[in-house]
Amino acid sequence: MRISYREAMRMALHDALASDPRVFLMGEDVGKYGGSYAVSKGFLDEFGPERIRDTPLSELAFVGAGIGAALGGMRPIVEVMTVNFSLLALDAIVNSAALYRHMSAGQFHVPLVIRMATGAGRQLAAQHSHSLENWYAHVPGLTVVAPATIDDARGMLAAALAEPDPVIVFEHVMLYNVEGELGDAWREADLRSARVMKSGRDVTLIAWGGTVGKAIEAAEALAADGIDAEVVDLRVLRPLDDATYVASVRRTHRAVVVDEGWRSGSLAAEVMARIMEQAFYDLDAPVARVCSEEVPIPYAKHLEDAALPQPAKIVAAVRRMLGGAAGASR
Amino acid sequence: MSENIDNGETALALLRDMLRIRRFEERCAELYGESKIRGFLHLYIGEEAVAVGAVRALGPDDAIVATYREHGHALVRGVSANAIMAEMYGRREGCCRGRGGSMHLFDAATRFYGGNAIVGGGLPIAVGLALADRLQGRAGVTAAFFGEGAVAEGAFHESMNLAALWRLPVAFFCENNFYAMGTALARSESQTDLCAKAAAFGMPATKVDGMDVMAVHEAAREAVRQVRGGGPVFVEFQTYRYRAHSMFDPDLYRDRAEIEAWKKRGPIHNLSNRLKALGKLTEAQFLALDAEATKEVEAAVAFAEAGSLEPIEDLALDVVAGRKR
Amino acid sequence: MIEFKLPSLGAEMDEGTLLEWKVKPGDAVHKGDVVAVVDTSKSAIDVEIWQEGTVYDLVLEPHRKVPVGTVMARLLEPGETPEHAEAEKRRLLAKVGERESITTPTQAVTGAAAPAIAASRRRVSPAARVRAQDLGLDLADVAGTGPDAAVTIDDVERSAAARARGAASAPPGGGPATPPAGRPSPVPRPSPADRAVAMRSAIGAAMARSKREIPHYYLAADIPLARATRWLAARNEGRPVNERVLMAVPLLKAVALALRKFPELNGHHLDGAFAPGSGIHVGVAISLRQGGLIAPAIHDADALATDELMRRLVDLVARARALTLRSSEMTDATITVTNLGEQGVELVQGIIYPPQVALVGFGRVTERPWIDDGHVTAAPVVTASLAADHRVSDGHRGALFLNELGRLLQEPEQIDGSPA
Repeated sequence: MRISYREAMRMALHDALASDPRVFLMGEDVGKYGGSYAVSKGFLDEFGPERIRDTPLSELAFVGAGIGAALGGMRPIVEVMTVNFSLLALDAIVNSAALYRHMSAGQFHVPLVIRMATGAGRQLAAQHSHSLENWYAHVPGLTVVAPATIDDARGMLAAALAEPDPVIVFEHVMLYNVEGELGDAWREADLRSARVMKSGRDVTLIAWGGTVGKAIEAAEALAADGIDAEVVDLRVLRPLDDATYVASVRRTHRAVVVDEGWRSGSLAAEVMARIMEQAFYDLDAPVARVCSEEVPIPYAKHLEDAALPQPAKIVAAVRRMLGGAAGASR
Repeated sequence: MSENIDNGETALALLRDMLRIRRFEERCAELYGESKIRGFLHLYIGEEAVAVGAVRALGPDDAIVATYREHGHALVRGVSANAIMAEMYGRREGCCRGRGGSMHLFDAATRFYGGNAIVGGGLPIAVGLALADRLQGRAGVTAAFFGEGAVAEGAFHESMNLAALWRLPVAFFCENNFYAMGTALARSESQTDLCAKAAAFGMPATKVDGMDVMAVHEAAREAVRQVRGGGPVFVEFQTYRYRAHSMFDPDLYRDRAEIEAWKKRGPIHNLSNRLKALGKLTEAQFLALDAEATKEVEAAVAFAEAGSLEPIEDLALDVVAGRKR
Repeated sequence: MIEFKLPSLGAEMDEGTLLEWKVKPGDAVHKGDVVAVVDTSKSAIDVEIWQEGTVYDLVLEPHRKVPVGTVMARLLEPGETPEHAEAEKRRLLAKVGERESITTPTQAVTGAAAPAIAASRRRVSPAARVRAQDLGLDLADVAGTGPDAAVTIDDVERSAAARARGAASAPPGGGPATPPAGRPSPVPRPSPADRAVAMRSAIGAAMARSKREIPHYYLAADIPLARATRWLAARNEGRPVNERVLMAVPLLKAVALALRKFPELNGHHLDGAFAPGSGIHVGVAISLRQGGLIAPAIHDADALATDELMRRLVDLVARARALTLRSSEMTDATITVTNLGEQGVELVQGIIYPPQVALVGFGRVTERPWIDDGHVTAAPVVTASLAADHRVSDGHRGALFLNELGRLLQEPEQIDGSPA
């Protein structure tokens, strides 16, 4: 079945609401408006206002209320319109959701799913385009995932709702319209493993969320030159599945991490550090990364494009890494 | 009011709880000086009437979200003095196995959802707990305790609005001790009438003398009755802490005269004098209640002293689900 | 500026781990001073310096494993100032990029060294280093094609393939596997088990090299020891146990004295030529309790009186087993003597320890029928054997050496002293 990412997410939400009375959806414009990315269109009529709750523009209060409802036995799905607005709820997420289990020595836990859009590409300019996944991936007590495929959009939500602890789901804004084949793999979606999307022997491209497609595009371009790139989709940003990408780097001896976040203090930096810690003697070149330029994401299309990781930048990074060998004996 | 005090049994129970808190807190101050308790320690001395009167108004299925000045609330709610004291000693026998300390007392059995060290941090969570009760058809009430300092936080306004908008069963119990750490109410709020703020959300609001435990209890019972089955209610308890904000606080911002004036209205002798005047309490009975409270606290200290330490190997437990003890 | 480099403390030593510095910057050092303790596959060894100077800086940190030839420290020559040294360093730094001029050729037996000054570091990927080590490839000969001309795995493998093709067409018995060069890699101090494995592998490598390179010939002769035994018994009589001399000592001494007449059995075969030993430094094979074998030298054994030789032997065995030998003892032996008599064997057919050119073996001293002056008597007899390098000597000279050895042992009193 060929569907869009949006439809896949919508099916997942529908399943969750239909199968578990403890599940409800709460957030800004999730009801009457149909969701700012139209993911929950029609849900209000089907499930009613008690379970599809439009909230005031009070991120701190409704994310906090999601925490309280989870403590009280519900399985809330809280939608924050974008990661940019989630900063207004940072206190609730970092100081409460992530800490209750620990502070209470396991007496309380917070089975809460927070969905938020992330990323750039729609010319939404600086206050709506940033990728701050790494902020959350930094915090013990949280699980952070980034479904990049149709299967994961369809399958990861159920896995997130099955988690007894808070899960943050990052949905890249450029993915909603992407279409793809929905197979059966979504039923196996977990919140622990990374996945090799395409195998290759010369270099490992490590990406997640919105950069997975760009990495695959880059791999295709490199293939034309005889460079065989492997692409790993991290899927889960906390806890990182070191085993999968480190094993890949051990095979290819080279890695480029593609991260739409800013370079300094990025998640890419974390992945690179782990590669260095775990596979240093397998490396045939310094690990490289392609990140967003260190500027607020600008409005103008050409500037926005220039600020973001692009397939051409990934290709260039791989070529640099292969040095004189690039395209020669391969 | 006089009807309540006529009920000698209730009044004596409230007196007893206030004495338990007072002796507990005094001992904590002493233990802090001996370095047995470390970190932040916020004492509730002077304010006992609020926790006692309000918590005693709640039923067993109701929930509590409290602040970092919450030893008293936990004690009255039924968390054992042993478990609280051991927690403050950082012992494995503490209610949170030493992970929380003074500011983070939690107890699932009594639906005590914690002290919260973020001012206003508990308010959205209280809203959510009430939402869960509502969605699951339970008749529970969530009591959210917070100081007047929290009123300046966005979380207060967002939570008041959301609870009122959705008519959720939250009792907003504001413990107005007039100082947010060192900042007097008039120095931080353009509108010092806190009930007026509640009115802005269309929420019923009452102002109560927080030094009079009978008045607190009566007002809290009425609020809980209103909340249960209705919508949220705001109650402002005007009270006063006799001691500094925390053990770190030199208390430079208050007049000695002001403190002494409030002490004359102290909740314990206020109630005991009235009961004695009514012939419902003898000095001997009072001393017996006091001795009983002291005994409980001493037993808690002995319990904490004898406690053990959580093994370092268990450091990473209870971060996320998975590893079990 | 003097560069103090990791010496090869044995033919099989390709690398070592610095355990400890015994000097610090500013210290004046003299020839023969112990400056560092280095762990080899065999033992922890005190490394001496053979130059005079003042320590300028310690380039190598302890617990780093580095190839032989790596610069460990730099010293100021007498009269040289730190300013000189810095100027020299700048000159080196200025040449970064001119790899050849910076890669310091090593004088060590075992081959190439990595440049040790940070600025002159070659770019080699970690994986390429590992691969080169696996393949026994010298990175100095590998051209880099990676980013910034770094050596990559592919470069190493190409180079190894080319070498294999070259070797296939070369005459057999080529040189020893070139040890890997490269930067120090941090290694933990080896455990006894690790050391045993490493030592076994080192012995294997050295012996394989010996068998591959050295055309051995073997000779043996029975030597009666009746006189030597009587002489020794008389000498030991009345002495406390710890002052008694063992038969091993006159045997060693006799070998050393005999070698004076047969210099072609005493020395090193290096770079295709024989270099006679500058003295008679007899390596004594000592088996270690944890397994393995070590053959440190007793310097100038021919010049030592019996008691002194005994004392040296006891000391050497003790220090070998405590793994506290000095570097010169590990490198300087010009011949090896192995005595397996205590183990009950009759005949030793030894393998020469490269780069030496001969090995003398002794079996058990046993009572055997012996014809002396037409009479059959029972006499103590030892079978002495010689394994020697045909590139340097031949059987005729070897036989004469064994005869001389036998003759000397019939005049034990003649070998007792310390002749000039």
